[in-house]
Amino acid sequence: MLYFSKLRVFSVLIFTLIISYFTISNFTKVDDEFFSKNIKLGLDLQGGSYLLLEIDNEPVITQRLQSKVLEFKKFFKDKDIKVRNFVIEDKSIIFDVENSKIEDVKSLLDDDKSEINPYFQQYKSHQFNFENMDTSFKLEFSDYGLVLLKNSSLDQAIEIVRRRVDEVGTNEPNILKRGNDRILVELPGLDDPGRIKSLLGKTANLTFQFISSSSEESFGTEKLSFEDGTSEAIVSKRIVLSGDNLMDAKPTMNNQTNETVVSFSLDRVGAKKFGKATSNGVGKRLAIVLDGKIISAPEVREPIIGGNGQISGNFTFQTATDLALLLRSGALPAPLNIIEERTVGPDLGKDSINAGIMSLIIGFILVVAFMFYKYRFFGLIANLALISNLFLLVGILTLFEATLTLPGIAGIILTVGMAVDANVLIFERIKEELKNENNSIVAFDSGYTKSRTTILDANITTLIAAVILFFMGSGPIKGFSITLGVGILTTLFSVYFIARLITAYYVIKNKHKEKLI
Amino acid sequence: MKTIYFNKFYKSFNILSGILIIASLVFLVFKGLNFGVDFKGGTLIELRTDKSSANITKIRDSFNQMNLGDVSVKNFGNETDFVVKFEKQNSNDPQFIEEIKTKLSNSIGSVDFRRVENVGPKVSAELLRSGVIAIALSLAAMLLYIWIRFEWQFSLGAILALFHDVIITLGVFSVFSLEINLSIVAAVLTIVGYSMNDTVVIFDRVRENLRKYADVKIFELTNISINETLSRTIITSVTTLLALLSIFIFGGEILKGFSLAMILGVIFGTYSSIYIANPVLVSLKVSQRTIVKEEKE
Repeated sequence: MLYFSKLRVFSVLIFTLIISYFTISNFTKVDDEFFSKNIKLGLDLQGGSYLLLEIDNEPVITQRLQSKVLEFKKFFKDKDIKVRNFVIEDKSIIFDVENSKIEDVKSLLDDDKSEINPYFQQYKSHQFNFENMDTSFKLEFSDYGLVLLKNSSLDQAIEIVRRRVDEVGTNEPNILKRGNDRILVELPGLDDPGRIKSLLGKTANLTFQFISSSSEESFGTEKLSFEDGTSEAIVSKRIVLSGDNLMDAKPTMNNQTNETVVSFSLDRVGAKKFGKATSNGVGKRLAIVLDGKIISAPEVREPIIGGNGQISGNFTFQTATDLALLLRSGALPAPLNIIEERTVGPDLGKDSINAGIMSLIIGFILVVAFMFYKYRFFGLIANLALISNLFLLVGILTLFEATLTLPGIAGIILTVGMAVDANVLIFERIKEELKNENNSIVAFDSGYTKSRTTILDANITTLIAAVILFFMGSGPIKGFSITLGVGILTTLFSVYFIARLITAYYVIKNKHKEKLI
Repeated sequence: MKTIYFNKFYKSFNILSGILIIASLVFLVFKGLNFGVDFKGGTLIELRTDKSSANITKIRDSFNQMNLGDVSVKNFGNETDFVVKFEKQNSNDPQFIEEIKTKLSNSIGSVDFRRVENVGPKVSAELLRSGVIAIALSLAAMLLYIWIRFEWQFSLGAILALFHDVIITLGVFSVFSLEINLSIVAAVLTIVGYSMNDTVVIFDRVRENLRKYADVKIFELTNISINETLSRTIITSVTTLLALLSIFIFGGEILKGFSLAMILGVIFGTYSSIYIANPVLVSLKVSQRTIVKEEKE
């Protein structure tokens, strides 16, 4: 175990130097992109906001079922099959079929090439599962149909979330899918997520609906309250125009009233619809409804034909800006709930870095001093291995752009404490071997050989804990498992290549010396 | 080095460990653990006041007036820093935190919210579940590893030692109502790794000695093995403890719980490798035949 070929020595040296370079690159400025890598700091160290959003898919399912009912009606009409009594109940569609066509409907729904109930070959599943009792059919989403629906609403939502976050202009936001109904938003450097939260919390479903002339709620109308909560109005359910037709929106000043308003422009289809509706509705009040609340309901004085309009509603410049932003970025397919939030202020992050580095330095000095006290020259070798271990560990974390968190720093310090274990096991074993063996080279060699399985065992156990933590943990804890796990690998490298190399040189040179260790 | 007769005290320390485990279990069952917002849900706010005149009672009073459910206020490191925890979490309302801040500033003067954590009931339940799974999984993985590497008598000893360490560490957290959060789960997992590591080193030596000395009784043999590995055991636990103490003292308030759990775990882990794992081998009457038989198979 003490013999090293020249090539091996050379490659160990080169490898160590290259990796160590990346440790140093954290503290220097180089223009080249590859060589100026920096370790990424977690939100707990640089400050920032972590938000976990969950989509409430219930409304999407109902909506999808409603549009499916329309599809069914048309489909069966084309096939000349009489169906009636469509009901949406408990997330399923129920309908009746004339007696003679039951088998036809069954086969239409069950066919692998079904047009109305698509079959997904790779998942061996239709979009809908159906049950048949006499003339009645009951359809509900199959598991895969539901997954498909959730995925598509998640994809839409994530796009809208990205647009809204980008519009606010935060620094390098990180927006990721989590499972099939969650979105993770990380906003580095943001210490007050209030505005983002209020922007993400709104579905931003914009509709224009006429205020009904009757004062009673009836079929075709609904009672909605105003945004400020002061009053209510009966509004026609018919949607004149929705936010989908909006092309642009921005906050502007209305010169006549000196009020902040949101001006919008519509696409061609929208402009046409809007022009027609306002021509017919001169004198009526048109309610502008956002997420079920009336923002304002101005009277239509003249037809609006150009496709441009304004929304007024007691806005401050900030609220007008936010509304314009929401309208530009589009409506979310479903409401988002914020189910977890963690925000760290930048000065706490800085304090944490300082405390982490402080404890790393002190822990390091204590361990190094103790090892020197215990083993003298061999303590120096162990310490040299420890230093290169640190350089390798931080270098690898930098090279792979791993995220360093506060628990991650704790993992580095813990690595410092535990890394010497391997060298201690070896040195103690060598001491024992030297008691019965006069040839010090043989003693050193068998010291290394005999301690090897124990060292592997000992490190594998810690590695197992780190790997499990990596897969089960989240955020900062994941950072801990990374430093702990990588730390074990660099420890083994520094002990078996660097420390052993130096030990070998020393022992071969001083083989006749009494009491080597 | 002089031989220390650890084996003389196997019985007395086993009784002590038994008492500690039972006491821990009693506390865990009847008093339970003090779960933080990670696992219980709710809101945590770390705040800094601009002058030290804002004392804890004043802060508690102003929070109590806000109808937030059960409120706990603790000093956090500096005398101007506090951690406030309460049951209510309302992360959907963007004004929620802002309103609390305004109300608080009105009663105690300017405050800075350094950290806000808001965990909904669904997420906290999931975090708790994945924490428990992680610990169970790591114990199972260790069991599997040691089962592959050693004979079953050794595995049993190592696993008993692991359970001993985890239960007593959690017991201490229960007795002193220390907070259990995500980082404590990380600490427990690391303790599991460390304790196993420590046991394996002694067991490796026991097995080696079993091959070497056919006629030494296991009672003596474990003592020889403990003594032979003793200086390594001491040096490694000292360096690990030095590193952990450094985190505990200088690493800031956030890492206090984590480093404390680890310090306890390292102490119990070192103790249990000697006084739990080895007595198990003795009472299972492990002998040279135990390992020779296995190897023939």
